[in-house]
Amino acid sequence: MTVTAPPVVPATGRNVSSDAGGSRVGRSGPVAWMVLPALVLFVVFGVVPLIGVVVLSFTQWDGLGPIHANGLANWRSVLSDPQTWHSVYVTFEIMILSWAVQTPMSLLLGTFLAGRQRYRAFLAVLYFIPLLLSSAAIAITYKALLDPNFGLGAGLHIGFLTQDWLGKSNLAIAVVIFIVSWQFIPFHSLIYQGGVRQIPTTMYEAASIDGAGRIRQFFSITIPQLKYTIITSSTLMVVGSLTFFDLIFVLTAGGPGDATRVLALDMYKRGFMSNQMGPASVIASIIVLLGLVLALLLRRLGGSTTASQQEGA
Amino acid sequence: MAIATTSSTSTRRARGGPVRAHKLLQLNWFGGLAGWIWLAIVVIPLYWIVVTSFKDQSDYFTQNPFALPSAPTSENYKLVIESDFPRYFINSVIVTIGTIVPAVGISFMAAYAIIRGAGSRFLAGVNGMFLMGLAIPLQATIIPVYLLIIKMHLYDSLLALILPSVAFSIPLSVLVLSNFIRDVPKELFESMRVDGATEWGMLRTLAFPLTRPALVTVSIYNGLAVWNGFLLPLILTQSPDKRTLPLALWTFQGQYSVNVPAVLASVVLTTLPIVILYAVSRRQLLSGLTAGFSR
Repeated sequence: MTVTAPPVVPATGRNVSSDAGGSRVGRSGPVAWMVLPALVLFVVFGVVPLIGVVVLSFTQWDGLGPIHANGLANWRSVLSDPQTWHSVYVTFEIMILSWAVQTPMSLLLGTFLAGRQRYRAFLAVLYFIPLLLSSAAIAITYKALLDPNFGLGAGLHIGFLTQDWLGKSNLAIAVVIFIVSWQFIPFHSLIYQGGVRQIPTTMYEAASIDGAGRIRQFFSITIPQLKYTIITSSTLMVVGSLTFFDLIFVLTAGGPGDATRVLALDMYKRGFMSNQMGPASVIASIIVLLGLVLALLLRRLGGSTTASQQEGA
Repeated sequence: MAIATTSSTSTRRARGGPVRAHKLLQLNWFGGLAGWIWLAIVVIPLYWIVVTSFKDQSDYFTQNPFALPSAPTSENYKLVIESDFPRYFINSVIVTIGTIVPAVGISFMAAYAIIRGAGSRFLAGVNGMFLMGLAIPLQATIIPVYLLIIKMHLYDSLLALILPSVAFSIPLSVLVLSNFIRDVPKELFESMRVDGATEWGMLRTLAFPLTRPALVTVSIYNGLAVWNGFLLPLILTQSPDKRTLPLALWTFQGQYSVNVPAVLASVVLTTLPIVILYAVSRRQLLSGLTAGFSR
């Protein structure tokens, strides 16, 4: 997965315009050209495809031959196809469950890692190794590890581990969520670690003078103080989960049956396996739309995150 | 029960801020418990990968999975290397370097322009567009990218992987770099300007050295994403000699699925360069991983 960031960051220029003084206007001219290379590449391979995906959703194309317009036909067929809704359901199922697993665990580990003892720093070094592995490598490893006949469970003769993990719908989804957590909890812990370290110690001191216990402090100080961090991290998790492709593709290829066929996989299968780029583009448009809506919703939830981001910087 | 080590904390300072001793946080036994459990969850599979990759197949089927190999063998690694992995490795290096150098270069220029030209509507609009790019799962645009690459006659080439990768890395890079360039004191720019420096000169001799840590961070973040990227190679290339490592891993696994030790050896080999990098420059890599999110 490529981590997709949320739009939580302030518009640049906010600081600058206030103190740059009168010479500002005269300066904006000569530097503007420097933005051009990035602008051109981003427009060609970012903006044009974004528009293109919507345009292609109204066409018929097999991936090789000519492209024909066919109006709303794709949208009609895709939206009335139970497969689509199944994929939407699976996508949200994985999104919500993996959020629910990752968030408390990352919070806990992040708080733990915020302590500055040596051994914690050492643990952190080990925690982050999964982040270095490609999703393909991770999926391949777990496929072998969970094999009911030759995997870890069979080798250790542990009945619980010796299940057909990837052969049963519910188990396969649980495995995906576990692996996603294995891969990304370290990342989110790191974000929370940074957040916790910015909470003034005086707040905890005051609370303990008032007789608040540790658990009380965690819920009345740590969590409220981390509000914006939680929103940032959640946005990354939620929007990122829309793009879980490599992991699921290598692990289960959407199976068993269609149990783990998330939207990204549905798009790939329709487009590049069934050669129906039109319907695949409809799915792609839905993914883009979902990403935007979810990012905006989460941003709304946090009110303006601008202030906190600026303070942190 | 409590883990109480308060000595070192009071002397350390959070970067630039007031002393933030987390005395109370250190009594967090619940977190400590979670910490050690998580360690086991992370380390056990990793240990298993490495140990198994040195076993021969009969050992793999008969031995305890965690036992050290009775007769360690490098045959698995040999098989992987003979399966053209050096070529895939070179492909991955080309694509990764070929992406991060231009990506970071043009993002740096863009970030510089956006900060220095603040007040320009054009630049604010461009910046807004990049920020939008952060909220959109760009992988979802793969079909039109595929069409574009075919039309440009780049299909099945390494350049086909590089160009979209550069574009996809621009939004986050510009965001992180502009945050850093904003921190460069305005007076420095002023005094250089008075001395007759051009914007290009200031970018090179002032902004570049002062934002070097951020440039490293952004390079690592993008480099890792490209090195581990799977979707673009899967869709935009076809011939075996254009494979990058993650794709090669997948096809190798399809070919040798029965030979688990060899498959795991391929996992170790493809990850090794990054683990070495991690060992050498852990701090920079970690800041690269969270590029700007924890700020």
